[in-house]
Amino acid sequence: MSDTSESTDDAGEAPDEGDDAATAVDAEEVRHVADLARVRLADDEVDEFAAQFGDILEYFEALDEVPETEREEELVNVMRPDEVEAGLSQEAALANAEETEDGFFVGPKVS
Amino acid sequence: MAADINAFVTEETIEGDADADGPLADATVAVKDNISTEGIRTTCGSEMLADYVPPYSATVVDRLTDAGATVVGKTNMDEFGMGTTTETSAFGPTRNPADTDRVPGGSSGGSAAAVAAGEADVALGSDTGGSVRCPAAFCGVVGIKPTYGLVSRYGLIAYANSLEQIGPIAGTVEEAAAALDVIAGADPNDGTTRDLADVEGADPDASYAAAADGDVAGLTVGVPAELFDGADERVVETVEAAIADLEAQGAETTEISLPSVEHAVQAYYVIAMAEASSNLARFDGVRYGHRSDADGNWNESFAETREEGFGAEVKRRILLGTYALSAGYHDKYYEKAQDARAWVRQDFEDAFESVDVIASPTMPVLPFELGESLDNPLRMYLADANTTPVNLANLPAISVPAGEADGLPVGLQLVGPKFGEETIVRAASAVEER
Repeated sequence: MSDTSESTDDAGEAPDEGDDAATAVDAEEVRHVADLARVRLADDEVDEFAAQFGDILEYFEALDEVPETEREEELVNVMRPDEVEAGLSQEAALANAEETEDGFFVGPKVS
Repeated sequence: MAADINAFVTEETIEGDADADGPLADATVAVKDNISTEGIRTTCGSEMLADYVPPYSATVVDRLTDAGATVVGKTNMDEFGMGTTTETSAFGPTRNPADTDRVPGGSSGGSAAAVAAGEADVALGSDTGGSVRCPAAFCGVVGIKPTYGLVSRYGLIAYANSLEQIGPIAGTVEEAAAALDVIAGADPNDGTTRDLADVEGADPDASYAAAADGDVAGLTVGVPAELFDGADERVVETVEAAIADLEAQGAETTEISLPSVEHAVQAYYVIAMAEASSNLARFDGVRYGHRSDADGNWNESFAETREEGFGAEVKRRILLGTYALSAGYHDKYYEKAQDARAWVRQDFEDAFESVDVIASPTMPVLPFELGESLDNPLRMYLADANTTPVNLANLPAISVPAGEADGLPVGLQLVGPKFGEETIVRAASAVEER
């Protein structure tokens, strides 16, 4: 699936399975999350992220020590009257789109 | 000079109102490139928005030009505000005018560098976890992170909405405060802004610039050990000397403890990454931004567009945020981070029962050398130890030059209670007068 030319030695680099950290992340998990987030990754990015995510998530583990805390915040809903106001023109709203047709955005095909 | 330090992504002008008078009439202002400017491209330091031209201006930009300030350009930044060095920009790193082999800090590095190099009188940055204060400290200028809700975020391209505020950077405390006077205030286009008339203890007619009077007699300064532990000794010495000077001018100092801040960096990154993963979902190449030429279906096209448009740090944060919110991990990371946020807020509230301001180094380190921290994201995150607690607690803070160590600028951070901008401006003005 990945054909990015940046990838040079990905075949030689196995995922960091030797890492003994409890929060070690493997390449498969990185690919799964990337898929959820709709971000394609090159193979070498997957390996790099797997190693870095292990370190970062291990650091986040310290949150386990945080006591459950009362979250008392005085938050109120902010409402405004529902009145028609001037907004962007259709032309201005479409001006930054890569592809438009008859005043609509054109997206990629669904399947 | 500008070309050497790469402070600007785009140098175009929006003329200020020629009839305006007041402190910003005829001032030049540099605007961070994640703040929308009508008709002038606004890139967020990203390939994704390299050609994006906003159809409207942010409220803060309109307020500055109405006050007579002229926008002189859009400043370089870490991509989407994600970084502490301005090296993650798609438009190349900005250099620190104080030492061009070093980073200017981030993410508003271009804004601080533009002011430090004399390219603009004032600049706007945005501060999600320290992005105004860090570059102010590294470049030897003044930066203010306002109380959450004081300044409109309308037209600020979102990274982590619950944490960020737009704030001014300037050469002096008074100039930064004067810019804050202009940009502060309720905005019908941002429902999270507060009208100071409705805020208990706040003065809706307050002039922040007038508060820069250097009068700290009787002011109580809290000094939390947690924000000095582990900091570079040269930074600690410089900051302690500045605090001693405040004492000499009549302020009183007292040691305080903020145990929760030990967890601030973790909590900040979990929350910011989670919000980023949601906010940046909008960049799919359909309505604006880069779009891949790839011919696949909806999901494949989005994934490819985002692969091409985002740099490594942005991808890292989107993925980690998605992970922290995903089934099975939400309670472990996101819920605990919200607990930590409430704890930090409580800790500061308790501290402000007995002190007026809280002083610490802004950054625990001297400016990094260019390239030094890029390969180690965790190391870069840890540099935000002293700035992130302030965003978690929604408080105002200022970074003011405390002096130099080994020829490099060191910033002193002063944190105030909610909507206590006048107090931190007053204390900071005493620091720069010594």
